Amino acid sequence: MLEVRSLTKSFRGLVAVSDLSLSVPKGSISALIGPNGAGKTTVFNLITGALRPDSGQVLLDGTDITGKRPDQACQAGIGRTFQVAKPLKDLTVEENVVVGALRTSGRVADAKLEARRVLDLLAFGREAAKPAHELTLPDRKRLEVAKALATKPRILLLDEVMAGLRPVETDLMVETFQRLNRETGLTILLIEHVMRAVMALSAHVTVINHGSLIAEGSPDEVVRNQDVLDCYLGQEED
Amino acid sequence: MRGLFEDVPVRAAWGLIVLLVVLYAAPLMVGSYVLSILILCCYLAVLGQAWNVMMGFAGQLSLGHALYIGLGAYASGALFFHFGLSPWIGLLPALVVSGAMGALIGWLGFRFGIRGVYFALLTIAFAEFVRILFDHWGWIGGSSGMFLPVQNRNIDMTASSIANAFWTLRGPNWIFYYVILTGMVACLAIVRLLMRTKVGYYWLAIREDQEAAEAMGIDVMRYKLLAVIISAMMTAFGGVFYAFYNNTLYPESIFSIDRSIELLLGVIIGGIGTLFGPILGAFALTWLGEGLTITQDRLDIAGLKLLTYGVAMVAIILFRPAGLWPWIRRLLGMAGRPDA
Repeated sequence: MLEVRSLTKSFRGLVAVSDLSLSVPKGSISALIGPNGAGKTTVFNLITGALRPDSGQVLLDGTDITGKRPDQACQAGIGRTFQVAKPLKDLTVEENVVVGALRTSGRVADAKLEARRVLDLLAFGREAAKPAHELTLPDRKRLEVAKALATKPRILLLDEVMAGLRPVETDLMVETFQRLNRETGLTILLIEHVMRAVMALSAHVTVINHGSLIAEGSPDEVVRNQDVLDCYLGQEED
Repeated sequence: MRGLFEDVPVRAAWGLIVLLVVLYAAPLMVGSYVLSILILCCYLAVLGQAWNVMMGFAGQLSLGHALYIGLGAYASGALFFHFGLSPWIGLLPALVVSGAMGALIGWLGFRFGIRGVYFALLTIAFAEFVRILFDHWGWIGGSSGMFLPVQNRNIDMTASSIANAFWTLRGPNWIFYYVILTGMVACLAIVRLLMRTKVGYYWLAIREDQEAAEAMGIDVMRYKLLAVIISAMMTAFGGVFYAFYNNTLYPESIFSIDRSIELLLGVIIGGIGTLFGPILGAFALTWLGEGLTITQDRLDIAGLKLLTYGVAMVAIILFRPAGLWPWIRRLLGMAGRPDA
């Protein structure tokens, strides 16, 4: 479904992503992991059009969407969350989600119904009427997901939505994504540090470091891979 | 029209109706002095409402709205002066010209990613640029001004002559009052309806966080341009009114930055990003200004007006930074959406 071909991006000589290829099959949940500064968020920004790649291609269902604007990427069916949550602060939680829902349902009344559905899905109760700036961190993360889901994406890019959540909350979130994936066939690509979530969710894991691919495979394979262990834990001196 | 009163608390709706009845009956009850102040209030409320669309809702700061007043005033004024066209016909080109100018400035600014104060500087630059252009344009009188002929200050109270006065905008002050009051109500209604559609929600999203808005599929450029164009057109309506009410047009005064500032002060006082704030602010500020002028003349203290004005501004910015309306609305117990 999503296909990234030899994507490269450098910032003033510093190579952030180099010759990276990955593919996310339709209906799958995949993870993109790597140590801090590995270039994971840059990959997301390249896929969603927040940044333009120096070279390489991004294909969604075979259509080239390389270098499209973020709103066009969203219209093409890519939903994303931001690592640092970007709530529309002075709007209520519900209004935040309504904005997302307006992509597919042009009328506000319809968008409100859709928003209600997404809010229920993510277990927003009374908070829905609160201004978004009053939310706690876990709730902001949840709102990020709700905003993205409301745009009815075909593939959802989640940038560290579990960070800062308690284990119980993480499990709840994991369960939600599994249900979404199972029931609606939503394809998910997630950047995550919380291995508990990665292991539970993803069938396929891509590991990058310094912008390049160092390993990929099933979660079990990846965590036993020597290169992966080295980049996370450091190399043993001989 | 469905949605105009949707979600308005009953109390607020009644309050609004009473207020409108009082305002519409005002010419029967007040003298010419008070009427002239009310005209000024409504005029500033229209401009404030227009500016608020851009700044309060779409989050784009303009400090050059005098440009659209001037373009509206000159477009309709010149058509009347040279060809005797009714202001209502002149309104159309006035809206088109102002809207196009807004689109041009917006496009230039947004295309090259100029945001915030830098965009505001661009709006000032354009207002100044057009002012200088008009200063040297003979057809509209250049820097020596354009004067619309004053006719029919007193009219017969027959239906046809009243209709004629409305059509030509040549007549006594109460004619002007009803035009601008209705304009103010229309602008309020238009903006309220817009804010309850996709466009309104998208404007708020862009104001709050442009990147988040883009990620939710909003073509930011398009909706920002729409905000500028609508704002420019509403301002141009105010400009048309100004031309026919004032009858004298000088580029120097109509395009001046003082005018751009004057129209946004009321919104800041009343409450940026609210629907009723611009109206409340315009009325409060105008009456305060008039009251102070009188007091100043009575007591013979030069500068009292400006001093008090300044203190009032500072007080509001310090103690009610969101403006008077959100605060009053809370006092009245009308919570809800911030733009109600």
